[in-house]
Amino acid sequence: MQVEPSGRDRVSLGVIAHNGFRQTEPDPDMTEPSPARALWIGHIDRIREDKDQQAFAELFAYFAPRVKGFLMKSGADSAQAEECMQEVMATIWQKAHLFDPSRASVATWIFTVARNRRIDTLRRQRRPEPEDLPWGPEAEPDQEDVIVLQQESDLLRQALADLPEAQRDLVERAYFGEMSHREIADATGLPLGTIKSRIRLALERLRHAMNGSQ
Amino acid sequence: MTNEIRHHLTDAILMAYAAGSLNEAFSLMVATHVSLCDECRARLESYDALGGALLDGIDADAQAPVAEDSLAATLARIAASDAGETAAMRPAPAPRGSVLPAPLRDYVGGDLEAIRWRPVGMGVKQAILKTGPGATARLLFIPAGTAMPDHGHHGTEMTMVLQGAFSDEDDHFARGDVEIADEEMQHTPVADISEDCICLAVTDASLRFTSLLPRLAQPFLRI
Repeated sequence: MQVEPSGRDRVSLGVIAHNGFRQTEPDPDMTEPSPARALWIGHIDRIREDKDQQAFAELFAYFAPRVKGFLMKSGADSAQAEECMQEVMATIWQKAHLFDPSRASVATWIFTVARNRRIDTLRRQRRPEPEDLPWGPEAEPDQEDVIVLQQESDLLRQALADLPEAQRDLVERAYFGEMSHREIADATGLPLGTIKSRIRLALERLRHAMNGSQ
Repeated sequence: MTNEIRHHLTDAILMAYAAGSLNEAFSLMVATHVSLCDECRARLESYDALGGALLDGIDADAQAPVAEDSLAATLARIAASDAGETAAMRPAPAPRGSVLPAPLRDYVGGDLEAIRWRPVGMGVKQAILKTGPGATARLLFIPAGTAMPDHGHHGTEMTMVLQGAFSDEDDHFARGDVEIADEEMQHTPVADISEDCICLAVTDASLRFTSLLPRLAQPFLRI
């Protein structure tokens, strides 16, 4: 089942991505409606295309205290967390061209970079990663995939915020702490299935594009 | 190709990998399976999305104020290393025709020909991979038609087929399939007759044997 994107969706994403930051400052309370979340994609675009320090400064103002807080919750002291956070944010700049908005939100991408840095720097362990998909010139992200994935990421964030506190706390400790996977709470009730289906679809399109180009 | 996989990773292990709390040997199992399985790749990325949602929604009192010169220091880091810092975050796909996906090739130093097998009796060979503490990862070579020693488990053992196939009492496992055995399970995997079977096996505790014959092969399991 696919939802055809309306022309309006495409236009509105473009407006948000390229101009939205001038009209809407990131809201520190995170109460902004979902289309504004696409804002950060525009920031990554500007960092990648224009090496735009203003865009980076806005991204930094929002995410740096979150990344540092995440690292401190995971057991780093303040100095370690600051150092590690700066490395994470520098990585976001340097690898902006690798971000794929049809498969992850900007928050998810920053989370994965921070998590890997935590394992590498703070725990000094090696983390084997799955091999990359065979990216090619055909693999431009589909705008419909981008819009829907970003909307679903926002629904997930909202669902998480709406969880009863005890349950949310368990999920949080599973990710921020060092619980063993036996203790990890069941994430029942969170709309993970919809995100999974969306990512699955994007992967299928990618495979299809790759096969078609051979 | 990838949709033929019938035995997948559990939600618990995918979530633990996304959270970054799995040890290296089990992480290698996840990375290897996901390299072959789009279904589990999508499930894994949805658990990454949960991590992103948690980071995004982190309470104001759990956010940590950054150092005064933090942004300037970060921009200085970027300026100092901007050139050439474009390495991908994930290994490139293994060449076509490889038996070992890229994460395993990194440990072995190539494809099958680079594995340093050690014979362990009855034609079975193994190669222990160097991973951190907490669990052991090994490659197993089981000649076509051969039975693995009958064994039970103290902890969790995960076995993923890379080449050939095997069956146990309950099911059949081919390339990409993962068999997960726990403490209650006693099983006797038998490699299919058509091809030698190569597997990645990860164990988080010693195996215990239940019959006399396989004791001959115990050294291969490095108990």
